[in-house]
Amino acid sequence: MAKIITMTSGKGGVGKTTSSAAVGTGLALRGFKTCIIDFDVGLRNLDLIMGCERRVVFDFINVINGEARLNQALIKDKRVENLYILPTSQTRDKDALTPAGVGKILDELKKEFDYIICDSPAGIEKGALMALYWADHAIVVTNPEVSSVRDSDRILGVIQAKSRRAEQGLEPVQEHLLVTRYDVERVEKGEMLKVDDVLEILAIPLLGIIPESPAVLKASNVGMPVVLDDKSTAGQAYADAVGRFLGEKIEHRFIKPEKKGLLDRLLRRTA
Amino acid sequence: MSTQVAYRDAPFQLRGSTFTMMVLKVSDPRNPNFFPVLSGKIAQAPNFFRHAPVVLDLDDLPAGVPFDFESFVKLLRNLGLIAVGLQGGTKEQQDAALAVGLALLQAPRGKVEMFDPLAGTGRSPAQGLANVQAQPQQPAQAPAAPVILEPPPPPRASMLVTEPIRSGRQIYAAGCDLIVVGPVSPGAELLADGSIHVYGTLRGRALAGVSGDQNARIFCQSLEAELVSIAGLYRVSEDMDKDIRRRQVQIYLNNGFLHIDPVSA
Repeated sequence: MAKIITMTSGKGGVGKTTSSAAVGTGLALRGFKTCIIDFDVGLRNLDLIMGCERRVVFDFINVINGEARLNQALIKDKRVENLYILPTSQTRDKDALTPAGVGKILDELKKEFDYIICDSPAGIEKGALMALYWADHAIVVTNPEVSSVRDSDRILGVIQAKSRRAEQGLEPVQEHLLVTRYDVERVEKGEMLKVDDVLEILAIPLLGIIPESPAVLKASNVGMPVVLDDKSTAGQAYADAVGRFLGEKIEHRFIKPEKKGLLDRLLRRTA
Repeated sequence: MSTQVAYRDAPFQLRGSTFTMMVLKVSDPRNPNFFPVLSGKIAQAPNFFRHAPVVLDLDDLPAGVPFDFESFVKLLRNLGLIAVGLQGGTKEQQDAALAVGLALLQAPRGKVEMFDPLAGTGRSPAQGLANVQAQPQQPAQAPAAPVILEPPPPPRASMLVTEPIRSGRQIYAAGCDLIVVGPVSPGAELLADGSIHVYGTLRGRALAGVSGDQNARIFCQSLEAELVSIAGLYRVSEDMDKDIRRRQVQIYLNNGFLHIDPVSA
């Protein structure tokens, strides 16, 4: 049975699209047929992060409007088997997302895919609501800082009130927390919230902690999901998160400062 | 306050919108060739006419000639046309039209009768592209589906835009050429029934001849486009040759092939 995963946050710029690309690619690497849909109509970026922007002909909105068939708009990833991207329109706005149209496409995708990842836009308005309505799972992306945590709290409330599962009284949407841009050194200095502080406020299961890493920006700029960079800490942390999502017990990494060697300490002292 | 809340919670939105529709001027409905001739016309461009809304105009009908709305609408329907309203008409005609569920439309002031086959079908211009078989790998082998319709196009003016076209903006030059002086950002979309000229770098999409004009061309000073299309035949940037990128080019159709040629300065 296909599962719909919504990547959401409330706040913008916390790493929803990066996480959608990484988690979607991670699931496909594990052999699951996965489709990532960009719900950020008018501000599309998923195609850039996935490096398929030069292959976009038709988009999500064309399919909703019946101007193209679904398989004309789906873009097959060239690096990973089983991975597809459904880009969105840059020239339209969120009003182009109709509940009936989105529902029909998701139903169609559910027949073919194991996982469908809905990359939500920021905010709690129409675009975000459309992205979370059909969710079976919600991955809430949060940065370790107060405004991001508050917005995540807000979006969790929206999921619990406005999703299809809430409306129809079904089993609630399964919530997962993904803390991104976690900078251990700044957390140690007290400049950032600790994971435990975030967990205390949001009180949902922790899926993963993605360390702040230059590899993320680099990967975005070359259009490669960071999970494919298995040398980077961020890439490894995303791979771990995917494993935990699939039920594996994996210990959290990259949450303690690296032990400094003698040489480092000497250098720091003299510096 | 309470009415405002009620309004905000309303289960619908009521908005004005403008559509271009075909007007069918009926002068002799009893002519036995009426429907066969109309059917032949439709056969020339079945995609343009499929389920197209049509407004009836009986102004040319001689006085005293009876007109049976019900059977006429049914016969149109059999051809795939959907009568949606009556333009002008006498009081009796209007009453009869209302009785079969047609809307009454005011005749436009002045004589503006531009034949716009694409808009007539009530579709967005982007669908001009959707009608064509998508074969991005061998775009040139895609069938030349668009049909040039008979009524001659109106004299072409052009639409001029002299500012940078930002991402997300869509500009449609209906029935004419589009001239852009300035850069076109990625994610912007230019559409024209005629040709497209960009005096700047083209980084977004450009679709010329969206109503099917195979003679339309695209010109730009530096080609970095995401997608270019003429009369529905398209090519995405990934399928464009490296040696024409960032060059001054013209793009045109020849024998059903999409050509992108450098223009020597």
